[in-house]
Amino acid sequence: MRPVPRPADRITVSMSVNGGPVERTVDSRRLLADFLREDLGLTGTHLGCEHGVCGACTLLVDGRPVRSCIMLAVQADGCEVTTVEGITPREGLNPIQQAFKDHHGLQCGFCTPGFLMTLTGAEPSEYPDDESIRELLAGNLCRCTGYEGIVEAVRAAWGRDEREGRRP
Amino acid sequence: MTPNMHNRLRPPHEAPTVKPPRFRYARPETLDEALHLLAEHGDEARVLAGGQSLIPLLNFRLARPEVLIDITMVEELRLMAVENGTLRIGAAVTQRTVERSEEAARACPLLTKALPFVGHLQNRTRGTVAGSIAHADPAAELPAVAAALDAVMVVRSSSVERTVPAGEFFFGPFTTALEPDEILVEVRFPSSGGARSSVVEISPRSGDFAIAGAAGLLLASPGGRTAECALALFGVGGAPQRLTEVEDHLKGRRVTSGLLDEAEEMTARTALADSEDIHADAAYRARVAGVLVRRAVEEMAA
Repeated sequence: MRPVPRPADRITVSMSVNGGPVERTVDSRRLLADFLREDLGLTGTHLGCEHGVCGACTLLVDGRPVRSCIMLAVQADGCEVTTVEGITPREGLNPIQQAFKDHHGLQCGFCTPGFLMTLTGAEPSEYPDDESIRELLAGNLCRCTGYEGIVEAVRAAWGRDEREGRRP
Repeated sequence: MTPNMHNRLRPPHEAPTVKPPRFRYARPETLDEALHLLAEHGDEARVLAGGQSLIPLLNFRLARPEVLIDITMVEELRLMAVENGTLRIGAAVTQRTVERSEEAARACPLLTKALPFVGHLQNRTRGTVAGSIAHADPAAELPAVAAALDAVMVVRSSSVERTVPAGEFFFGPFTTALEPDEILVEVRFPSSGGARSSVVEISPRSGDFAIAGAAGLLLASPGGRTAECALALFGVGGAPQRLTEVEDHLKGRRVTSGLLDEAEEMTARTALADSEDIHADAAYRARVAGVLVRRAVEEMAA
């Protein structure tokens, strides 16, 4: 039997971040969002509320959207982490980003990385209409757009009829 | 001074922007290891699963455990299965996994209906069913679902395993029958087979904590009368509460608009409403509880 692991306040973690291997020793209390921003310099992940409500810090862990302000870096040990930097092409924008730009899906842009990562981690077929798209987006707060532009951007990016689900 | 400026002014060797208090962390890979660690650190330790409630508490420094024992890699706790009419969900199984499980939906449609109300997608990716039950937030859906379904909690310490029925598990806000050296290792939900189910709640925004909510099960006899019925409230009092008086009143009867009136009135009168906050006072919650029970029963009888 292997020895019972000892609780430690510094731990070495290794994970994949945007496809590249990362190994660092971090404080146990280091939040994943702070690890990415402060230790790796990946400042595309934004921190708003820092207690899991606003969604600005959303990123993908093993392909699924999580809130990185309420996840510890040590909990991402062995995982694949994808941030907004990881979905952005070297030149220009990806289709979801372009749709946000085209449809006024952002104004100040602070919440945008969170929205983009929630959408990147979502399976479009699970959200067949506007109501379910709004339900999906309910975990991300935007104080600029009023959400209409964001929903329009999702429709465009997912190839939906632009009138679908519109209230008369 | 913005946080970024603050960081720039700090000496480089000092870790900037730290929220949780310092703690030690261990990630055991077997249940024995986890129980051993908990026995050793007991009161000073907290069990960490998805962390969707605990880490916000750490960020606010409302909780200051010295040791966190992360049970998410414990293989024994990752089990989900339907056996002998019971849906067994291990402590490391995420809400999202259960939400997407067809097997779980067949066995316990009430649980599947309740899960989309639990936080947002990003929370359910990491949050666990057992963790939400062990946390026992008064406004949480899953403790009420456990109460309505008469779920059984399987609890382990390094020396003892015991089972606690939902009716004896929840004591009050964030307080359960769990001892400091115990882990809620599994929740067993009895399959509700042919019963109809409903979850209704009001909240400021979809996915936010409920101001008040009701979870219910109703099994109608071939003649259209209510044969079995279970109703539980959340967000109204300090712990999930079964409405046994209302349940008994519904049994053996057809659901008519007159009976719905009675169920609504009876709920508003008998609900133990003592939750008060910026969103609503206790009297409002009791009244809304009546309306929500009415809606739930109406939906299940339709």
